[in-house]
Amino acid sequence: MNIKTQTCGELLASYRWIADFFTENHLDLETAKNQTMSDYLASIADEQLEDLALDRDKVLSDFITFVTQMRELLGETAANRVDKLSILPGLNKEGEPEGFDRIDLYPSEIISIVGPTGSGKSRLLQDIEWTASGDTPTRRRILINDEVPDLKWRFSANNKLVAQLSQNMNFVMDLTCYDFLSLHAQSRLVQDAESVIQRILEAANELAGEPFSPHTHVTALSGGQSRALMIADTAILSTSPIVLIDEIENAGIDRRKALNLLLSKEKIVLMATHDPTLALIADRRLIISKGGIANVLDTTDAERRVLSELEIYDLKVQTLRRKLRYGERVDSL
Amino acid sequence: MNLVIVSGPPSSGKTSVILKTCDALKNSGHRVGVVKFDCLHTDDDKLYAAYGIPVKKGLSGALCPDHFFVSNIEEVVQWGIEEKLDILISESAGLCNRCSPYIKDILSVCVIDNLSGINTPKKVGPMLRSADIVVITKGDIVSQAEREVFASRVGQVNPRALTMHVNGLTGQGAYELSTLFYKDDLNLDTVKGMTLKFPMPAALCSYCLGETRIGDEFQQGNVRKMNWEQN
Ligand SMILES: Nc1nc2c(ncn2[C@@H]2O[C@H](COP(=O)(O)OP(=O)(O)OP(=O)(O)O)[C@@H](O)[C@H]2O)c(=O)[nH]1
Ligand SMILES: [Mg+2]
Repeated sequence: MNIKTQTCGELLASYRWIADFFTENHLDLETAKNQTMSDYLASIADEQLEDLALDRDKVLSDFITFVTQMRELLGETAANRVDKLSILPGLNKEGEPEGFDRIDLYPSEIISIVGPTGSGKSRLLQDIEWTASGDTPTRRRILINDEVPDLKWRFSANNKLVAQLSQNMNFVMDLTCYDFLSLHAQSRLVQDAESVIQRILEAANELAGEPFSPHTHVTALSGGQSRALMIADTAILSTSPIVLIDEIENAGIDRRKALNLLLSKEKIVLMATHDPTLALIADRRLIISKGGIANVLDTTDAERRVLSELEIYDLKVQTLRRKLRYGERVDSL
Repeated sequence: MNLVIVSGPPSSGKTSVILKTCDALKNSGHRVGVVKFDCLHTDDDKLYAAYGIPVKKGLSGALCPDHFFVSNIEEVVQWGIEEKLDILISESAGLCNRCSPYIKDILSVCVIDNLSGINTPKKVGPMLRSADIVVITKGDIVSQAEREVFASRVGQVNPRALTMHVNGLTGQGAYELSTLFYKDDLNLDTVKGMTLKFPMPAALCSYCLGETRIGDEFQQGNVRKMNWEQN
């Protein structure tokens, strides 16, 4: 389909989302339907363009860029696949080489990142997000599928390598959960938005301790509910192949299920944490110290047994919390 | 010298981002200076000075700050050259969303924040649309979904820009931004003869010239009325 020679109406028939471009740029799709974009722009009076603060040539080239980018976002999923992400070592803050040769990360794998606050966890994440190629303070290099990554990962608005789930899940939009998800689905150009939204809501309700309805405003969700909603949303809607989690508080959400949901969507899950349960759930953990990765530890069988014990305590604490909350008396752990 | 023009709505995080970017630039051995343009008041100059950054400020007072910018940028560039700066960064607050201080062939950066709401990209004019780099701040306060929606709206109005997320508080992303601020082979000695990326809006009505009285008989020059039919 040729963007330059097709009428806007024809383009719209294949790409419903070009309507967004018209709305955001204050252009009139109705008038444009029977014309090519360049004819339509030529038909707008100079004064009107000036009022809209638009530049004819720039709008045209922006339109072409936009459609091209969106087509890539839709069709090029193969080119966006990350089957393997590799970290090649650099230097720590003291200029010493890092303590590993190469770390390969694969989809559906959980890696925890541990170390004191300020030890360099965010720098590591930033290196991954920027697909560092020896050009950051750590001199680390990142490879995707064994190759030097395409620069699009650094700069494009819609194609981010890393989705971040931070600890504070505030919302500034005051929308119902349903409307909130619709907006997100729209920005991701999802075709069958309705069913995707239903899937997210179901998944989120399964993760959350207390269920919520599609009509609940996102700002009225409890901490656990909003974490559940954001994790389900990121798993199902976000195109970023890597998810970074900065702690998941152990309240109002089933953390195991949450992680499994992300893994089932073939995400690489990196988890910065001080929580022993989360640190041990991971297949491997990166030990950060003095600004570098000092060591990479595989979780051993003994550690997995410790984890099972820990989970028993976690469960007890949660039960205790629920009982106290509903006014019950407790006599043992 | 390299010149970088940073603009963006009030309080979007321009100073915070510039300070963190200056840190990174200084660490890589560059001499950086800043000029701050504002309308009525700014304390940004004190902040920059406190970080040991050579700084000048220009207050436009009764004039449109972006018009004021264009009338003064050449002198500022000459100051930067005298100060032997490698990089001169200009910070100006975009006030009416209609003007933009960007100059053709000079790196232009728009700083806009996630908190300003998803309809903001649509409202901000050339300041966002014609920027080479769009820096999105305050991502730490909103959810991942909101960050994605906001970035996609930015992509709709300026698909060609490099879009980056920078945290003005922690500086996350500022190092990466700093690598785009300096090109070895660029050596600007004047902006004379260069042109603005986008023309400033038509103005000059009686109120531009100090008229305060209200009523048809006092309205002269470039006067326009609301469109009541479309309302
Ligand atoms: N949470 C958060 N706050 C930020 C971030 N960036 C800036 N701020 C805060 O936002 C406020 C405004 O930041 P400034 O850097 O002064 O904004 P500005 O655009 O320079 O403002 P003016 O020059 O006055 O227009 C300050 O309180 C900053 O600390 C960010 O990424 N996250
Ligand atoms: Mg400022």
